[in-house]
Amino acid sequence: MIENTVPMEKPKVVEPTLFELSSPGRSGVTFPQPDVPVASLPKSLLRKELPLPELAEVDVIRHYMHLSKFNYSVDGGFYPLGSCTMKYNPKINEDIARLPGFAFTHPLQPIESVQGNMALLYTMQEWLKEISGFKAVTLQPSAGAQGELTGVLIMRAYHQSRGDTKRIKMLIPDSAHGTNPASSGMIGLQIVQIPSDKHGNVDLAALKAECDDTVVGLMLTNPNTLGLFDEHLEEVVKTIHACGGLVYGDGANLNALLGVLRPGDAGIDLMHFNLHKTFSTPHGGGGPGSGPVGVTASLADFLPAPIVDIVDEGDDDIPPLYGFINPPKTIGRVKSFHGHFGVILRAFTYIAMHGPEGLRQISEYAVLNANYLLARLRSTYNVPYDRICMHEFVAEGMVEGSDVRALDIAKRLMDYDFHPPTNYFPMIVHEALMIEPTETENKDTLDAFAEALIKIAAEAKTNPELLHEAPHKTPFGRMDEVKAARELVLCCWLPEDYASS
Amino acid sequence: MTYIPHSPKERDAMLATIGVKNLEDLFKDIPAKHRFPDLDLPPALTEMEAAAELAGYADANETTQSFVSFLGAGAYNHYIPAAIDHILRRGEFYTAYTPYQPEISQGTLQAIFEYQSMMTLLTGMEVSNASHYDGATAVAEAANMAYAQFRGKRTRMVISPTVNPQYRETLRTYTQGMGLTLAGDDTRANLDGGPETIEKLIDENTALVIVQYPDYFGRIYDYTRLADAVHAAGALFCVTANPTALAILKTPGEMGADIVVGEGQPLGIPLSFGGPYLGFFTTQKKYIHKMAGRLVGETVDNRGQRAFVLTLTAREQHIKRERATSNICSNQGLLALASAVYLSLLGQTGFRQVAELCYHKAHYAAEQISKLKGYHLCFDTPFFHEFSVCCPKPVAEINAHLLEHGILGGYDLGQDYPALKDHMLIAVTEMNTREEIDLLVEILEEVSHD
Ligand SMILES: Cc1ncc(COP(=O)(O)O)c(C=O)c1O
Repeated sequence: MIENTVPMEKPKVVEPTLFELSSPGRSGVTFPQPDVPVASLPKSLLRKELPLPELAEVDVIRHYMHLSKFNYSVDGGFYPLGSCTMKYNPKINEDIARLPGFAFTHPLQPIESVQGNMALLYTMQEWLKEISGFKAVTLQPSAGAQGELTGVLIMRAYHQSRGDTKRIKMLIPDSAHGTNPASSGMIGLQIVQIPSDKHGNVDLAALKAECDDTVVGLMLTNPNTLGLFDEHLEEVVKTIHACGGLVYGDGANLNALLGVLRPGDAGIDLMHFNLHKTFSTPHGGGGPGSGPVGVTASLADFLPAPIVDIVDEGDDDIPPLYGFINPPKTIGRVKSFHGHFGVILRAFTYIAMHGPEGLRQISEYAVLNANYLLARLRSTYNVPYDRICMHEFVAEGMVEGSDVRALDIAKRLMDYDFHPPTNYFPMIVHEALMIEPTETENKDTLDAFAEALIKIAAEAKTNPELLHEAPHKTPFGRMDEVKAARELVLCCWLPEDYASS
Repeated sequence: MTYIPHSPKERDAMLATIGVKNLEDLFKDIPAKHRFPDLDLPPALTEMEAAAELAGYADANETTQSFVSFLGAGAYNHYIPAAIDHILRRGEFYTAYTPYQPEISQGTLQAIFEYQSMMTLLTGMEVSNASHYDGATAVAEAANMAYAQFRGKRTRMVISPTVNPQYRETLRTYTQGMGLTLAGDDTRANLDGGPETIEKLIDENTALVIVQYPDYFGRIYDYTRLADAVHAAGALFCVTANPTALAILKTPGEMGADIVVGEGQPLGIPLSFGGPYLGFFTTQKKYIHKMAGRLVGETVDNRGQRAFVLTLTAREQHIKRERATSNICSNQGLLALASAVYLSLLGQTGFRQVAELCYHKAHYAAEQISKLKGYHLCFDTPFFHEFSVCCPKPVAEINAHLLEHGILGGYDLGQDYPALKDHMLIAVTEMNTREEIDLLVEILEEVSHD
């Protein structure tokens, strides 16, 4: 965080807000006059004012066009944001999601009138089962974190259904994403942090020491957030199962495992998928995601309701009828309706176009790209857990003989027109730079990125100020985050003014 | 086909740099017995084939375009101005991620800031977060926030049975095992009593009271008195509101709400079989530290330019971990953008027009239907664009008949409320013409005869 160095002056407005652009009486879209008699409105229940901005369509379009130019995006360039799998988003998927036959279906239509959707959802469940090795899948969760919540609720419900009510501890490695402890914390479980060993694996001795009959399970990210596949996976799974716990897989890193390993085969009991990572549905500037959950046969009864199933087999002349069913011991629904259908459509199209060989290639080339960058960078930046990595790796954003930090390196990368890697996560690496190139980047891009990072390391020694003050070539410079948090200006329309007018 | 750009030569050069012979050598850490399984999936399609295949699925559906729709119950068929999708389709917006790097994310950040501004204005609240998954999860997050606000010391939540059943179900899922009592969540309760019946359920142990506005049956109540009663007990008051209704109705803020949440789908988001939608979440500034989700605030950059950043991030899971109010990470960024574009295109004139059209057309439909023999309106409370009709036959039977005439009938309330067997919840929006309403009435009359 830095303090603003430009005192007192009124900040320069680069793009006015919608409210500043507003001019009374303008209108972008109007609607037909009523074709029915006008009913009287309930006077005592009406609001006084509605000071929304007033703009013409062209004003709105230009405003957002201007704003869009300030954004870095996958369509615009290399976005190696570790853990987020910012791969290219195929354009056909966007068109598919907007087909009127999908986009204009209401979630509560009679089942008979949406058999296309139902067949597709059913098939998607089947495909995700096949890809992951699980026996049942729910498509309902909205994102990875909600998949986790679904998962931990299922784990607890499973134990409780067996009268095993002592289990209150969730084991979570220190390299885990924040959503893992947050999900377990949300349902009131106790979190026990498990350290990593010096190779980046779960520390087996520490794990064993915590394993007893109060363990709900382990939340394991594998490959982990260091981009490393746990070398003792089988033993970790065995250890947890031996004490009666379940192993939850955080599937955020599935992009390394398509056609390579099915987590269900490796003894993982349940896992969420991030369709917006592995299956290339766009991240949307923060969302929507989609976080289906796969489970083993013994957990299938606990899945959120409803799931899609064949409710009438049909015969040679009549196609099967798909419907919704409620698993008998369901934890309940985790959101309205049937999941992020529009996101699922994109992922479905993506899987359909890849087929089994294509899926395996995705992971092979994601891992190839990560290892190539690692090979090119390891002599410049320290990589604390240096071995063949999976789809990402974590380097230390420090340069010997310089005081620059990961943040400075990240900001300087923007001047070379790259999106920075994830920084300061995972927390077990100092000054972490978490680099995930994904399979959709070519060698030229990776070379240019590696060369930029090598050049930045040189700059760090000769001209550290250049990095401290970076970025220089972007439309905006570093932010005064302290001011934002202190003043808390969170909207451009002020309720006080409104109330007094 | 894949989107992998490597030529074989490039691949080999990269393998050589890494120091391995082939791609398989990169996977030695994977347990050998499970390595490289054969996946039983259909063979890869080209883009052309995929387009045809997916069109096949789409064509197997009826839609709110091919049919006339009177379905609502939490998802509404509104007109979506063309300009919205043109903006959403800009790769700069939809292929970016969370604006962690503000120097190169000002587009997303300012757009969220404007979204926050418009949501607070609609609801009459002071702050809005950057979104939740949908209306149901926004309600559940309100419960989380209230629980955190009272540090778990108040363990009772009151929720009106006239809150959307799916929201109540989601709330039950989220709060299971927390030792909470959910009072009021009883579909056999008196559905006629209005806010007074909720008032009776509040006690000193109540953390939060949740009502819907308009309620699940479309009814509009003034919750001012209820809000006073909630506050008298020291509890928080949450209203889940339909944003379209807020174009003309008194804001929940004005009635004394502490938290206003809801389903943002009516604001320019396609029905899309139920998602992705938009959970909006607004509250008073004093609760901000317990609010979940991302938040954008105004600041300046080191060049003296006004700019925006994610702020108060110490509330969130990546810093607070198990002590965070919520685990939310990815949210509904692109849908929040859609709703902001929607509201800015319509402005106050267009948005009011939509709400009034919904109101007038729904009232016309209600009046016509209530004249039919065998049908009557269940409640005489003022309503917005949805109303419940007591029918002479099972709703499923009527809907099957309507479907034959190209009409998607209303929602069968008996599925959720045993007392409302043969009750249909009908939604009318600006999309329904008078002819369509007349046709609905005509067919309803026809069904009652045979
Ligand atoms: C390792 C890991 N787990 C979980 C999540 C949460 O996923 P989502 O953002 O979809 O909720 C993320 C997201 O960044 C992640 O990287």
